[in-house]
Amino acid sequence: MLYRPINQNYHDFIVQRDRELCINCRVCERQCSYLVHYWDENRKQVMHDNAKCVGCHRCEALCPTGAIVIRHNPSQFRENSHWKPWFIKNVYKQADGGGVLLGAMGNPQPYPIYWDRLLLDASQVTNPSIDPLREPMELRTYLGSKPDSLEFEEKEGKPSLKTKLSPQIKLNYPIMFSAMSYGSINFNLHIAMARAATELGIVYNTGEGGLHPDLYQYGPNTIVQVASGRFGVHRDYLNAAEGSDALSPAPHHDIYSIEDLRQLIYALKEATEYRVPVSVKIAAVHNAAAIASGIVRAGADIVAVDGFRGGTGAAPTMIRDNVGIPAELALAAIDQRLRDEGIRNRASVVIAGGIRCSADVVKAIALGADAVYIGSAALVAVGCTMCQRCYTGKCPWGIATNVPSLARRQNPEIAKQKLVNLVRGWAHEIEEMLGGMGLNSIESLRGNREKLRAVGLNEVELDIFGVKPAGR
Amino acid sequence: MKRVYVNPEVCIGCKLCELACLTEHSQSKDLIIAYREERMQGLLPRNTVEESGWITASLNCRHCAEPYCIQACISGALTKDAESGRVVYEEEQCVGCWSCLMACPFGAIKRHPIKEKIVKCDLCPERSIPACVSACPNQALTFEEK
Ligand code: SF4
Ligand code: SF4
Ligand code: SF4
Ligand code: SF4
Repeated sequence: MLYRPINQNYHDFIVQRDRELCINCRVCERQCSYLVHYWDENRKQVMHDNAKCVGCHRCEALCPTGAIVIRHNPSQFRENSHWKPWFIKNVYKQADGGGVLLGAMGNPQPYPIYWDRLLLDASQVTNPSIDPLREPMELRTYLGSKPDSLEFEEKEGKPSLKTKLSPQIKLNYPIMFSAMSYGSINFNLHIAMARAATELGIVYNTGEGGLHPDLYQYGPNTIVQVASGRFGVHRDYLNAAEGSDALSPAPHHDIYSIEDLRQLIYALKEATEYRVPVSVKIAAVHNAAAIASGIVRAGADIVAVDGFRGGTGAAPTMIRDNVGIPAELALAAIDQRLRDEGIRNRASVVIAGGIRCSADVVKAIALGADAVYIGSAALVAVGCTMCQRCYTGKCPWGIATNVPSLARRQNPEIAKQKLVNLVRGWAHEIEEMLGGMGLNSIESLRGNREKLRAVGLNEVELDIFGVKPAGR
Repeated sequence: MKRVYVNPEVCIGCKLCELACLTEHSQSKDLIIAYREERMQGLLPRNTVEESGWITASLNCRHCAEPYCIQACISGALTKDAESGRVVYEEEQCVGCWSCLMACPFGAIKRHPIKEKIVKCDLCPERSIPACVSACPNQALTFEEK
């Protein structure tokens, strides 16, 4: 194309506009925040510049005549299974700009997805299945440290609990909304998450961007995050919530050892007068199990593990695509390690990063998770199409943006309802799956790896998962 | 009475409400024909999406309790329907004097681009929910009693 730098001609998407249908109403032009569509005064029609398209599908979704299809650019380099177009185009980009490649959302590369290699059991003949529509089914989950043993005493002739219980987060479903900061997503979605969490009886995590004063009212359904930047962290913030969450992958310049972490955990506990559990979040990395053990010994009530599929608003592409380990393996290793050390009861384990459906939730719980965080799934529920361009701040769906004209595309009322619907839908499915396995409470599934079988995994993977291969 | 209300906080300025209105008041009831052909013969949406920077709001006739347009109308083309409360327009009777257009404090009345007649919102009498409200992708429009 005339004037266009050569490398920008190898764009990823093309806009296919059916001129039979297009009425030149310019709705697409108004919706695209990347300025792909434009009005051509000479031709008196809407035209487009394919090179700018990020493939978010917003225009396609709002075109009133269905005239647009967003396609992968069919133009192909000569086949080469080593030099895939992804690498070639990235080299071009860096040769032009010299910068660090940026990406967003989770690791999109074709690493194994272990959820898809694990299968659930169903009752046959010897044990009856349970119909959740006819019989009670318990999904309630409490997150926090559980005592090593319980002591009872007699009070006025009645037995009563003597052991003092640690603070717990009560969840109606074993699902929470992930830490997504006010900044990476906008206020409309924060309010939607807060309201949805309240309606569902679950919690959402504020992320590291602080908490808007208007959201303090949702405190009982909030986990506040104390991240490396310490943005917006003060006593009111900590006390506004039901739980607090103490880590993020970036360096905390006041934590260089487990002792420092212990100090921070106890500082948070003091600041919140031991009313709320403290959760420590780590990325799923090579020694996740040993790190988790240290964190639990340092006093954390909850360990949250974030796998490499976990979404982010902006990350260097090389880090996103090459650092960390699959959350499924980290989870299994952490649960096993804490059990082996006899400290599994001291903390709840929460898994985050790439949970896509209710079956993933069930498998995570069978692998030992107490609950899961959903982030990307929650964003998809409100329209995200995983275009992975969050870092531009121009999300055409009004999600990963604070541009006022875009943020208003998320009506908090609609977004809240979608989040509520999603979690309710998953909860029904979880009940069905539990019932199918002959279980009537999520508690009976927790760490119950006997309910899982693996397909296509090698001996080592089976060993880490503590799961038998299908057929055994 | 039920009116169309806009919530400017979530109006995204897409103007799909205008396209829906246009189609609803067309002969063909087909967006493509209405937009390409009937618009050239003077078809207009009854509503207007007002824009001021990035703040947008879709506005239509308020169907006022005491409508200035009816007071101003010299020919009896505008009347208040006692039962529904709607401000009803009879095109045949309109003489094109533009008195109502000047009297309306909301600018809700438009001139027909060809005929010497006005054009205004009728709240889509053939629909249970007006076309603009049904078409809005962000629930920025509601049809309700307030
Ligand atoms: S929104 Fe659809 S009909 Fe309107 S100009 Fe764009 S492609 Fe054409
Ligand atoms: S709205 Fe999204 S899909 Fe459509 S042209 Fe713009 S960037 Fe591409
Ligand atoms: S949040 Fe927006 S920018 Fe990010 S992946 Fe989803 S649609 Fe794209
Ligand atoms: S359809 Fe809704 S969001 Fe779009 S301009 Fe009309 S009122 Fe605003």
